Amino acid sequence: MKFLRKQIDKIKPKFEEGGKLHFLHSTFDAFETFLFVPNKVTKSGAHIRDAIDMKRTMTVVLIAVMPALLFGIYNTGLQHFMASGKNLEFWPMIGYGLMKVLPLLIVSYGVGLAIEFAFAQFRKHEVNEGYLVTGMLIPLIVPVDIPLWTLAIAVAFAVIIGKEVFGGTGMNILNPALTARAFLFFAYPSWMTGDKVWIGGMAKGMGVVDGFSGETVLGQAANGLNQFVNGFGQKLSNWDLFFGAIPGSVGETSTLAILIGAVILLISGIASWRIMFSVLLGGAVMGLLLNAFAVNPLMEIPWYQHFLIGGFAFGMVFMATDPVTGAQTNKGKYIYGFLIGFMAILIRVLNPAYPEGMMLAILLLNVFAPLIDHLVVQSNIKKRIKRAKIIKE
Amino acid sequence: MFKIRKGLDIRIKGKADEKLLGEISTYNFAVRPHDFQGINPKLKVKVGQNIKQGEIIFFDKYRELVKIPSPVSGFVKDIVRGEKRKILEIIIEKDENNPLKHEVNNLDFSDKEQITNFLSDTGLISLFIQRPYGIVANPEDRPRDIFINFFDSAPLAPNYDFILKDKKNEIQKALEFLSFLTEGKIYCSLKPNSILKDFIPNNEKIEINYFAGPHPSGLVGTHINKIKPINKGEIVWTLNAYDLPIIGNLLINGVLELERIIALTGSSLENTGYYKITACSNLESNNLKLKNNEKVRIISGNVLNGINISESPYFGFYENMISIIPEGDKYEFLGWALPGLKKFSNSGAFLSGLLKFGKYNLNTNINGGQRAYVVTGEYEKVCPLNIYPQLLLKAIITNDIDKMEQLGIYEVIEEDFALCEFVCSSKIDVQELIRQGLDEMRKEMA
Repeated sequence: MKFLRKQIDKIKPKFEEGGKLHFLHSTFDAFETFLFVPNKVTKSGAHIRDAIDMKRTMTVVLIAVMPALLFGIYNTGLQHFMASGKNLEFWPMIGYGLMKVLPLLIVSYGVGLAIEFAFAQFRKHEVNEGYLVTGMLIPLIVPVDIPLWTLAIAVAFAVIIGKEVFGGTGMNILNPALTARAFLFFAYPSWMTGDKVWIGGMAKGMGVVDGFSGETVLGQAANGLNQFVNGFGQKLSNWDLFFGAIPGSVGETSTLAILIGAVILLISGIASWRIMFSVLLGGAVMGLLLNAFAVNPLMEIPWYQHFLIGGFAFGMVFMATDPVTGAQTNKGKYIYGFLIGFMAILIRVLNPAYPEGMMLAILLLNVFAPLIDHLVVQSNIKKRIKRAKIIKE
Repeated sequence: MFKIRKGLDIRIKGKADEKLLGEISTYNFAVRPHDFQGINPKLKVKVGQNIKQGEIIFFDKYRELVKIPSPVSGFVKDIVRGEKRKILEIIIEKDENNPLKHEVNNLDFSDKEQITNFLSDTGLISLFIQRPYGIVANPEDRPRDIFINFFDSAPLAPNYDFILKDKKNEIQKALEFLSFLTEGKIYCSLKPNSILKDFIPNNEKIEINYFAGPHPSGLVGTHINKIKPINKGEIVWTLNAYDLPIIGNLLINGVLELERIIALTGSSLENTGYYKITACSNLESNNLKLKNNEKVRIISGNVLNGINISESPYFGFYENMISIIPEGDKYEFLGWALPGLKKFSNSGAFLSGLLKFGKYNLNTNINGGQRAYVVTGEYEKVCPLNIYPQLLLKAIITNDIDKMEQLGIYEVIEEDFALCEFVCSSKIDVQELIRQGLDEMRKEMA
């Protein structure tokens, strides 16, 4: 690696102040620090520092998303092969999945990172690692057949309007990945809903096996079914829902794959267990309430089944736990998480026009997170003022 | 007993063996005004002038009774100045032992003016730190309470049971004197089973509390927060127990002797252990046998909030230890991606954070680049104070005076936030920010 280091040191002056390529310094810095942890030492304060940094944090999140991504690739192939009546052979299915999912990833990263680098350059910042995660999450929460140009527009919207106008990573109010999805949901609804978009090739008029339906489980629920079925009308058990070989957005179908990610995030301490736990609790409470007063099949969906269908699990593990847009205080995190779970099920069941309640609930609570924190902090401030008054009297 | 749960014991190599290895003696001394917070130094000495041990070197321009004494007798060899003629070091060359002797036998402790003058003229006041703001105390004030920590929980910190074991007399004398300085109480905070509890006299003004748990269980800021937090408008004084023998000795012999037993620690040292040393001593040729030829950082104090003295190796005025660790000015290929068995982290993102054993050879590398705040909840894991650390820091960044006050800036100083700085994944210079906030606040209240 000494050779590589030497080469980098050789070209480095060109990117520094006064160098010919100074206008690309953020880009150079991003690649240099990617290859080598810098040799910078502490100047003030603590002389030693924890080994963790933003790159490591984001890497752990990426590793946690991997199971959902891999399953998504497999499931994309599986659903396509089922719908078109081909033999379900493993490698061809993976091949098809890769063919459909990789372009989504490339567009998401290509557009997003280009904007990030441009802004970092313009603002003379280092490039922030936040988009590495966002860029991975966006392809996982869209239907696989989404046209790439709409995805590109949504990514640009999310990064520019959702993040950079607020000051970049760490300053944004709404979760950028969900901003992208909400943009698609309201701007291009025909690509985001219905029973055709969830199976690779189906929306573009691919011939399907007679009687096959590409409707998602949530779609079935919204239409008043209370026994979920797969594309051929065969019954799905709770285990089937848990493993997730069903139509849906690319990465959100397998509760199992998502749970593996959750375990990685919780062990590493990167995501807040308070938020995950309270989202689950909020969802359960709302589910139980609806069960108790059920008057239609949608309300009769058992409370625990809500966790297996739609984007609930994915949102809980990867979206609600976003530290930038969530509540900051520990008490606030309980309230924030609880309300997300509560609202997600409420929207899902009582307003079937928006079956994806999780997305709307998280975005809604993103907006309210500062208020929740404010209330929590006020109680701390009040205590301090009260203490001071008692002493004075 | 207070059990501190939030905190972190950094598992760093280089702890000092509990044996007294000798004395670090030198003829070269330097007093650094930078060691004293909240003082605008006005010199009382000139280059070439002879000075006695205990004589005043400089005082605070704005609080003239706050005076700093010389640790040795000798002559002023040089006064080193930096930008804008700021005084960096007052260098003293030691000659024969000829300390200034103060009259102590006829002192009337109940006379407020006599005590104020005694604290000021002897320079004893320099050992008392005032909160809020973490500045050298003003002898004219009478604090609400005085807090003394009888142990140190910082990484590699010395064991007070060991360094104070022969000082029972002096400690008792000092504590009796202290009880005249406040209407309130003297709070002594000990670790469980400390032998020092037998050194503390029975006095209705003195209260003993025990603290257990990881660092910062031994910081006086933690003790104040748990026992009796500081409110707006109040002043408390803090004192470190290893300074009690200095006070006791002055009261018995009339001589201010700034000599302490300290721990010489750090993974770069061949032999760690305890040494006798006078404040402000030069360390150059002394006893520092380094392990190999690596570049090291010499820190006066502990690795979390000590002062880097590699350039000009004079021991600080207040410190109880010296830490010597390797500099981390090396590049590391894909360092952020390795499993991390050799790297210490409080998070589970490295294997070391999951395996809760083993000690680490830590260096001064920042381990990453500075970013905006992204992660939340990191600081809370290591901050036992009833305070929202990240929100307080954001209030300082935005210079929101009201918010700083509401969120408890009066209750903290830099060292209380040192662990937050250590664990920060955004690599924010937390302690510097806290000092900035404290200075801003003090300016506002003046």
